[in-house]
Amino acid sequence: MFGKLTLEAIPTDPIIMTTIAGIVVGGLALMAAITYFKKWGYLWTEWITSIDHKKLGIMYFLVALVMLLRGFADAIMMRSQQMMASGGAEGFLPPSHYDQIFTAHGVIMIFFVAMPMVIGLMNLVVPLQIGARDVAFPFLNNLSFWLFAAGVILVNVSLFAGEFAKTGWLAYAPLSGKEYSPGVGVDYWIWALQISGIGTTLTGINFFVTIIKMRTKGMSMFRMPIFTWTSLCANVLIIASFPILTATIALLTLDRYLGMNFFTTDLGGNMMMYVNLIWAWGHPEVYILILPAFGVFSEVISTFARKRLFGYGTMVWATIAITILSFIVWLHHFFTMGAGANVNAFFGIMTMIIAIPTGVKIFNWLFTMYRGRLEFTSPVLWTLGFIITFSLGGMTGVMLSIPAANFVLHNSLFVIAHFHNVIIGGVVFGMLAGLTFWFPKAFGFTLNEKWGKRSFWCWLIGFYVAFTPLYVLSFFGAVRRMQSYENGDWQPLMIVAWVGAVIIAAGIACTLIQFYVSIRDRKQNQDVTGDPWGARTLEWATSSPAPFYNFAHLPEVEGVDDFWRMKERNGGVAPLSEAPYQDIHMPKNTWEGPVLGGLSTVFGFALVWHIWWLAIVGGIGMFAVFMARIFREDVDYYVPAAEVERIESEHRRRVEADASSSTHATQAGGQA
Amino acid sequence: MYRTPPLRKLGVLLLAVLPLVLAGCSSALLDPKGQIGEEQRTLIFTSFGLMQIVVIPVIVMTLLFAWRYRSSNREASYRPDWHHSTLVEAVVWFIPCVIIVFLAALTWYTSHSLDPHKPIAPNEEQQEPIEIQAVSLDWKWLFIYPEQGIATVNELAFPEDTPVRFRVSSGSVMNAFFIPRLGSQIYAMAGMDNDVHLVADEPGVYAGRSTNYSGAGFADMTFDAHVGTEEDFESWVAEVRESSQALTYPARYDELAAPSVDNEVEYFSEVSPSLYESIIKSFQAGGDHEQRMAEYADSYAEGFGHGGHGPAHSDDGHDESAESHGESMSAEAAE
Repeated sequence: MFGKLTLEAIPTDPIIMTTIAGIVVGGLALMAAITYFKKWGYLWTEWITSIDHKKLGIMYFLVALVMLLRGFADAIMMRSQQMMASGGAEGFLPPSHYDQIFTAHGVIMIFFVAMPMVIGLMNLVVPLQIGARDVAFPFLNNLSFWLFAAGVILVNVSLFAGEFAKTGWLAYAPLSGKEYSPGVGVDYWIWALQISGIGTTLTGINFFVTIIKMRTKGMSMFRMPIFTWTSLCANVLIIASFPILTATIALLTLDRYLGMNFFTTDLGGNMMMYVNLIWAWGHPEVYILILPAFGVFSEVISTFARKRLFGYGTMVWATIAITILSFIVWLHHFFTMGAGANVNAFFGIMTMIIAIPTGVKIFNWLFTMYRGRLEFTSPVLWTLGFIITFSLGGMTGVMLSIPAANFVLHNSLFVIAHFHNVIIGGVVFGMLAGLTFWFPKAFGFTLNEKWGKRSFWCWLIGFYVAFTPLYVLSFFGAVRRMQSYENGDWQPLMIVAWVGAVIIAAGIACTLIQFYVSIRDRKQNQDVTGDPWGARTLEWATSSPAPFYNFAHLPEVEGVDDFWRMKERNGGVAPLSEAPYQDIHMPKNTWEGPVLGGLSTVFGFALVWHIWWLAIVGGIGMFAVFMARIFREDVDYYVPAAEVERIESEHRRRVEADASSSTHATQAGGQA
Repeated sequence: MYRTPPLRKLGVLLLAVLPLVLAGCSSALLDPKGQIGEEQRTLIFTSFGLMQIVVIPVIVMTLLFAWRYRSSNREASYRPDWHHSTLVEAVVWFIPCVIIVFLAALTWYTSHSLDPHKPIAPNEEQQEPIEIQAVSLDWKWLFIYPEQGIATVNELAFPEDTPVRFRVSSGSVMNAFFIPRLGSQIYAMAGMDNDVHLVADEPGVYAGRSTNYSGAGFADMTFDAHVGTEEDFESWVAEVRESSQALTYPARYDELAAPSVDNEVEYFSEVSPSLYESIIKSFQAGGDHEQRMAEYADSYAEGFGHGGHGPAHSDDGHDESAESHGESMSAEAAE
C-alpha cells in the first residue's frame, strides 16, 4: 500500500527531530494564523493563483530566503563539524548525517536559493524594463513557480521521511546508482531536481520569448537595459542546458528504477558519461546564475554614479561571448579524469578565455564610476564588494583552469573557496543588491539603509574570514567533503572558518532585521513617485508598487536608458500618464498551476517511495488538469479604461501631494 | 625530461615576492618533495603572479574611483553622458588578452610536460622506474607491486629518486589517488586503467588519500607513503613478504573489497599476478559482475603454488616465481 514507506522512515536523530518539531510547530502556527485572520481566500486569489509576474517574483524570492536559512543551517553544521572533528575526534555528525548535509547544502543553495533569486528578480524586473504588461506565457510562469515549489517541498520532506542523498550535490554515478545508494535519498534528489528543473526550462522559454517578442515600441535589441540583456543570455543558457540535466537525470532514473545500465560499471555503462553530461549542464548553470547578477551591478552602478553605463555595446558583446564560451569549458571540472594533454589544454584555454570578457566587464563598471557622482547606498556597497571579491575569485578560477595546476588543486578546499568566492561574491551580493534596488518597485517603500549596510559588512568580512582559511588549508592537502581529518594542525584554521560562518550568519540576521525595520517604518520610506533612486530604465517610469497592468500606456523608447531622457525632457521629473485611457487586455488567474504543482509533488513523493498506485493517480491527475487548461478558453479579460483611470489618477494625486510637501520628491528615498 | 630552466627561474623570482611563501614551510603544495610537485608549485606561482597584473589595478581602481568620484566630492569632474572611449575600450580588451595569450601558452606547454600519463625519464641521479598498481576499494586503498609480487592495504613504500608509474583503478565507485607532497592526482574508476607518474626526491613519510568523495568511509581513506633509500625499500618488501596472508582472486579479494572503514594496514606476501587486470576486466563487457569475477578467476584462485592457466589469461605465461610475474606484467603494461 505504501511502497517502501514505513514508520521506520521517520528519522530518530535528535538534531533532525528538533528541526522537524520546529518546522511542524511553526507551520501549524502559520496555518492557524492564516485561518484566524481569514486570509486563505486572499492568499488563493491574490498570490497562489496569480499570473502577475511581479507577485511570482516576490514569491520566488520569499521561498529563496526561507531556503537560504535552511541551506545556511547546513553550512554552519558543516563548519562546526569540521571545527570539531580533528585529530581523530568524531565531531557531532556521523558520516551518514554529514554526507547528507553537504549534499543538501549544495543542492539547496544552487537550485532552491540562487536559482529562485535570479528567476525571481527576472520575473519582477524584465517585463517592466522592456515595457511589457506581463510575460509571453503567463500561465506557464505560474506553473514554473509551482513546479519549483514542488521541488522545494520534496527536498524538505526528505527531512521528515527517509533521508536525502549522500552523494554530493551532483550525485556522481556510480555512487548514486542503486548498488551503492540503495536508499531513497538519491530518489528524492532525482524527483526534486527533475520537477523543478522542468519548471526552470519553462521559465527559460517563457522569458526568452518575452524578451524577443514583447519589447515596447522603439526598444530595439541594442536599446534594452543591461539587466534584460543578461537575463536574455541566461535564458538562452537555460533553454540549451536544462534539457541536458533533464535527460541525464532521466537516464539515472532508468538505471535506478528499471535496472538499466547507462552509468553503472556493468553492460557497457559508463560513469564518465555521467560526469560529462552533468557538467555539460552544470557549467552553463553557473553562468545562468552570474549573468543576471552582472546585469544587476550594471544597473546599480550607472544609477548611483548618475551616469550612463560605460561601454554598453562592449558589455552586451562580452555577455554574449560568455554565453557561448560557457558551453565549451565543462571538462575543466574533471581534468583529473585522465584525458589526454591536448584535450585538457583545449578546455583549460577555453576556460581562461572567459576571463577576458569578464575582465572587460569589470573595467567597464570601473569606468562607469569614473567621472560619475557615486552615492554609497547599500546596492553600491554590494557592487564594490563584488568587484573586488569577484576579481579574486576569477583569479583563483583561472589558476584552477590550468590543468597541470588543477592536478593538485582539484577536489581540495581550494575549489570550495573558489566557487564560494564567485557565488557569494557574485551571485549572492548581486541578488542582495538587486533585492535592495528593486524592493520599492515591488512593495512601494524602500528598505532600511542602515541595516542593509550592516548586512553588507557582515557578509563581506564573514566571507573573507570563512573562506581565506580554506584557500590556505588546500595547500596543506585538505580536501572537500571530509567528515573528519587526522591532521590536528588544520584545526585552528577550521575554527577561523567557523567564525567567518558566524559573521555571515550575523549578515543574514541583519537582512531579516532590515525587513522588520523597513516594514515597520514603511510610511517614512514610502516611494511615492515610483522612482526612488533617480534611475534610468523603464521599470521606474510607473508607480511603486507597479499596478498589475504595469503601464497605463505602453511607453515608447528612443534610446538606451530612455527613462532618464524622458525625465530630462520633462524638467527633471518623471512624466505621469495622461487620459484618455484604453481598456487593457490582461490574462486571468489560474487554478491549474498550483494544482499541477501539488499533483507533481504527490507524483514525485510516490515515485520516491515506490507507491505505484499513488504515482499513477498523480500522473493521471496531472494529465487531466493539463488537458483542462488546454481546453479552457476563458483565460483573459479586459481591464476597463475607467478602472485604469481611477488607479492612475490616484497615483497622480499622491505624487502631486507629495511634490507640494517636499521639493525633493524625486530623490527622497535614495538619500535616506 | 624537458623541463625548462627559464620557467623555474621565473617561479623562483615570483616566489620571493609572494606572501603565501610564509606559510610554505610546512605546506604540502608549497613545499613539495618531488619534481612533478615542484613544477606544479612553480606553475601556481607563475599564474598567480601574472594575474596580479590585472587584479591589483582592479582593486586599486575600485577603491580610488569610488572615493574620488563620491557624490560629496564636488572637486571631481562629472560627465554624466561620457560612456564611450575607444582608447579605454581597446586597452581593457587588450591587456586581458595579452595575459591570457601568455597563460594559454603556459597551459599548453605544462599540460603536455606535466601530463600525468607521461613517463618520467630518469635523470642521471635517478633509478629505473617502477610500477605500483593502486586500486580504490570501499574505503581503503589496495596497492599491488607486480614486480615484487606483493600487495598492501593503506600503505605505500618506494625508493627515493625512483620514478613510479602508478596504475590506478577502482573496485568500487570513483575515487582519486593523491599524494599532495608529490604532485598530480588522478581519478580511480572501475573498469578503467588510469595512470600517474610521480617521483620523490627525498626520504620521508608522505600523507596520501582519496580526494574524490566516495561514500561513508571516505574521510578515512588515507594512507602513508614511505619513501626511503633503495635498502629501506628492500627491507620493507622483505617485511611484507613475511606476512602469512596471500591475496587470491576472487576469494580473498572479495573479502577485502567488502566495505570497511578506517581499515588497518595489511600486508600480502603473495598476490595473484594478474589481479589488477582481473579487477579491471571484471567491470568490462557485458554480463553479471559476479559471473565475470568468476570468469577471471586465475590459476591462483585456490591458493598459490599450483601453476596452470586461468581461462582469461592463457597468454600470460604464469610462472611461480614472483620476479618473472613482474616481467610479464611490464610487458602487458607497455601495450
